[in-house]
Amino acid sequence: MSNELIDFVIVSVALLAIGIYGLSVKRNFIRMLFAVEIIINAANLNLVAFARFLPHSGGQTFALFSIAIAAAEVAVGLALIIVAYRMYKNIDVANFRSLKG
Amino acid sequence: MVDTLFLGIAVLTIVSAIAALEMRSLIYGGIALMGTLGGIAGFFILLDSPFVALFQIAVYVGSIAVLILFTIMLVKRELIFQKKEDPKRRYAGIGLMLIIMISLGAVIFNSGLSSITTEEPSVDYREIGEDFLTYYWPALVVMALVLSSSITGAMILARRHDGVEDEQRTD
Repeated sequence: MSNELIDFVIVSVALLAIGIYGLSVKRNFIRMLFAVEIIINAANLNLVAFARFLPHSGGQTFALFSIAIAAAEVAVGLALIIVAYRMYKNIDVANFRSLKG
Repeated sequence: MVDTLFLGIAVLTIVSAIAALEMRSLIYGGIALMGTLGGIAGFFILLDSPFVALFQIAVYVGSIAVLILFTIMLVKRELIFQKKEDPKRRYAGIGLMLIIMISLGAVIFNSGLSSITTEEPSVDYREIGEDFLTYYWPALVVMALVLSSSITGAMILARRHDGVEDEQRTD
């Protein structure tokens, strides 16, 4: 195998940084969900990369669990987007004021 | 040393991740997100984990991305193209991104990770199946319950509350 562990970890760090940028800058609900997805994928990449280089099957098992839980998270997130859009006619999180103190 | 295939997939993944966040139209952003998720699946294949790669393609590229695209299409047209953001916040975000990249990258480069290579064969996917059904079976059951309850919760959340269905039901 010609690729080393550190290559995959560096790509994962880059994806994590891009995801944090999106989460802190964007105020659009759907784009924030994109950023969360990117961060989750960076974590999965890390799990599978370490599982390959140890080698141990636990990393792949955890990655599969993580993918399934992320699917549930996206389903709930998209339902929340639809509810918020119906209530506020907007998907900008700055307009969602009913939970503000 | 990295090979060209790794480099190509890395460029595809990172460029489409940036495009997913920066494209003006949310629909093109969703399609770029599909590129990122598919690139991650390519990394899984490079890491000799074809089972996780197939799972990633089936769940992420196949269902989550399509679900996101349909949700985007339910939203009004002007909102899809709306891009309102504070330039100050944007520069702060770019600074935060660079700080995270540089500091974490420096930590990783100086750690012992750079000397780790392996010549051992990869994990067989039969082991993953055995893991799921022996050691992790309670987690598998809990995951099934979480998935079904979250799908039910999502449907209850997204239900209409205008009472039309109730009237029809009484008729």
